[in-house]
Amino acid sequence: MKKPPRIKIPESTHVGEVIEIKTLATHIMETGNRKDAKGKRIPRDIIHTFTATFEGKPVFSAELGPGIAANPYIAFYLKVPGPGSLKLTWIDDSGTKTVETVPLNVV
Amino acid sequence: MTPGNPAMMNRKRVRVFGRRDVLLGAGAAAFVVAFLKTAPAADANKKSDEFQAALKALLGEAKPVSGGIEMDLPDAVENGDYVPLSLSLESPMTEENHVKAIHLFSTANPRADVATYRFTLLSGKARVISRMRLAMTQEVIAVAELSNGTFLMSGHTVDVKIGGCGI
Repeated sequence: MKKPPRIKIPESTHVGEVIEIKTLATHIMETGNRKDAKGKRIPRDIIHTFTATFEGKPVFSAELGPGIAANPYIAFYLKVPGPGSLKLTWIDDSGTKTVETVPLNVV
Repeated sequence: MTPGNPAMMNRKRVRVFGRRDVLLGAGAAAFVVAFLKTAPAADANKKSDEFQAALKALLGEAKPVSGGIEMDLPDAVENGDYVPLSLSLESPMTEENHVKAIHLFSTANPRADVATYRFTLLSGKARVISRMRLAMTQEVIAVAELSNGTFLMSGHTVDVKIGGCGI
């Protein structure tokens, strides 16, 4: 990813609360069906996998296809089990793995 | 309606078809039939072979239960490149009773598989918000996979003025 993804979580939370996590990755999501000016097919380049774990435990994941819009936005939920960090991972066709770690402010 | 009021939700769910609904339904059916006769080309109910194959690959011999997934998508969009959507399902999200995944399908894009969203007990809520591409007017299908092996299937038709570019 050229630019780091944007992630939004609540400023503070408490144990047991279900919070919304909003993520926005910057990615062309090239479908592989388009052709360039010379009629040559542009190879597919999409983020195909997104995963979210909390302290190593899976929370949510998504397998994405070319039918997902460019700059994929994904919002999902976490039932806060306690203090700790969320680890978010995006993997694209070029093999680029973007990992972001977000600590939660559990009060 | 108060959102999240369980009493209201229950009432909505157990509502039985009344006389008025039957009349409305009959009227709507007559309208649809008339519409189909005059404009067979603009048929949003046509589903691609790719979609049928993808659905079969997911379900196998299982028969999905119709409805149950709340699909929040626009009824019409100018531009199919960027269609907001939210998919959610009421679920206690406990070990015994939770939503394992929601599969999102297009019935008219070149590729039928749009996305699969997988939940865990840590999700707390079976809900996801995203944005998809639509090549043309079509029905978008969501299939939810529950922990007891049941599949639920819902659809929402989106009228697309300009198709998503090169999907």
